[in-house]
Amino acid sequence: MRLSPRTWTLIILAVLIALAPVTFPSAFYFRIGALIFVNGLAVIGLVILFGYAGQISLGHAGFAGIGAYSAALMPMHLGLHPALALFAGAVLSGGLAFLIGRPILRLKGHYLAVATLGFGILVFIVLNNEAQLTGGPDGMAVEDLGLRAVSDALGLGLRTAEVWYWFMGLVLLLGAFLALNLHTSPTGRSLRSLHNSEVAARTLGVDVVRYKLTAFVISAVYASLAGSLQALLNGFVTPDVAGFLHSIEWVTMAVLGGAATVLGAVFGATILTALPQALTVFQEYEHLLLGLIIMLVMIFLPAGLLPSLGKTLRQGESI
Amino acid sequence: MTLMTVEGLGIDFGGVRAVDAVGFAVKPGEIVSVIGPNGAGKTTLFNILSGVYRPDRGRVMLDGMDVTAMAPHRLAALGLSRTFQNLQVYLQMTALENVMAGRHLAERCSVIADLLGLPASRRRTRETADIARGLLARVHLERAAEREASSLSYGALKRLEIARALAAQPRLLLLDEPAAGCNAVETEEIDALIAEIAAEGVAILLVEHDMKLVMKISNHIVVLDHGEKIAEGAPAEISQNPRVIEAYLGTQAEGGHALC
Ligand SMILES: Nc1ncnc2c1ncn2[C@@H]1O[C@H](COP(=O)(O)OP(=O)(O)OP(=O)(O)O)[C@@H](O)[C@H]1O
Ligand SMILES: [Mg+2]
Repeated sequence: MRLSPRTWTLIILAVLIALAPVTFPSAFYFRIGALIFVNGLAVIGLVILFGYAGQISLGHAGFAGIGAYSAALMPMHLGLHPALALFAGAVLSGGLAFLIGRPILRLKGHYLAVATLGFGILVFIVLNNEAQLTGGPDGMAVEDLGLRAVSDALGLGLRTAEVWYWFMGLVLLLGAFLALNLHTSPTGRSLRSLHNSEVAARTLGVDVVRYKLTAFVISAVYASLAGSLQALLNGFVTPDVAGFLHSIEWVTMAVLGGAATVLGAVFGATILTALPQALTVFQEYEHLLLGLIIMLVMIFLPAGLLPSLGKTLRQGESI
Repeated sequence: MTLMTVEGLGIDFGGVRAVDAVGFAVKPGEIVSVIGPNGAGKTTLFNILSGVYRPDRGRVMLDGMDVTAMAPHRLAALGLSRTFQNLQVYLQMTALENVMAGRHLAERCSVIADLLGLPASRRRTRETADIARGLLARVHLERAAEREASSLSYGALKRLEIARALAAQPRLLLLDEPAAGCNAVETEEIDALIAEIAAEGVAILLVEHDMKLVMKISNHIVVLDHGEKIAEGAPAEISQNPRVIEAYLGTQAEGGHALC
């Protein structure tokens, strides 16, 4: 039996996640791995929005902010378990995306980009200014999710960073599974058709506003979960999680990976999460370098790094 | 029983009356052609009828219901489907997926089922694929099923758009120059296909510059010039109509299309 691209992608991801630790010299690398998976999750959500539906957002870190502070505040003030807070945050983000998406998604191209940008900035400002609740720019501590305790109870004998690595690996696989299912489903086809030709999709019965909204809400939920998980992983959160730079980081990861495939999303997330760890210059000039990467990819590899490499390799084969 | 009635339809772009006071009726299974020189307003008329443009004047009735300025996706749900003169194929999707996407209205599934890849969602996709393969065969594209649309020839894309429009199971099909850029053999095939579709009871509105094709398959012809209807009738009457001949001869010198 021939395996579908969906199954292949999942197998490749699972194998990479399982084998990568062989190369890890210290626990620190498990932490980086977990961070890569957090970003990969958010970028898979962006692939659904950018790559499937063809809509742009420069403000998805706003949803990450909502997710992150839900994970921080709800256990503290409502006594919710962090795991429940994570889901409550996702529902909150999805609901908010639904409300603001309707007017925003009527806009096209750069108007949409600016509107989403405005949303992200708004969330950042609220988190930054409501210092009594959020601790303001200093940030606040986040309760432990309790993963290590579960692992110990099961007698797995893993260190905290390792537990997070494997847990986030599973979450990433789940996120990939859902996005891949969507791609070949009736909803996915409708999203991709309105991306390819909005006028044709409309005349074939696609309620484009509703479908754009669907993609927007799904991607907001991915971003929110990524935000919550990042906060829980770090045990600490600052308003920067909702900042413009964070949105741009994710957009750059998506663009680098071609913005169209799940594998590309994980690839982009890997490069841009690992690079700053390896090169300290990257941290100092992050704004500059992210801008440069976007420009270079757009000019030389408009399909993204991974798809372009794939195409070159395939051409090599056929010759 | 008429399927669609158009009355006094008009739209302006700036000062230009692109369509003005146009009226006609279409019955089920009938092939009505809309002809006229370049810039006569044929495509604009199609854009109004399919809901892409809002008319400034006039009414469009479908099944006796006023559907003027209704959104395209709602008109589609009422059984209206179309192709585009300037191709609106989903270029980054395969030929098969293009046709499958045409079945949007028939196959809608819950987003949750689609995300989880539940059996209901996958079954629906398989059924849609089977139907789409049949439609591809109908336009002789079955061997291109798995190819990305962007890699297909112009003539193939024209036929792909027809297959996609048919996937929506329309009662009224608007075809905007389906044979443009096609060679003689392909034109013959499209000719036969249109007649076949009409024979199944689908009403067809056809814009086409190939007069041999138009005269052969039309039941009824509407002639536009400068946005206005200048003649209407059976093919034999139209080809003898002095105003029609004049409109065409007038543009022929500028490289327009001659009658026959
Ligand atoms: N969106 C628009 N904005 C402004 N003017 C338009 C628009 N669409 C069409 N027109 C004008 O309306 C007139 C009719 O154009 P239309 O495309 O309907 O002609 P047509 O009969 O389809 O011509 P052809 O045979 O070349 O396809 C033209 O003068 C065209 O320039
Ligand atoms: Mg035209």
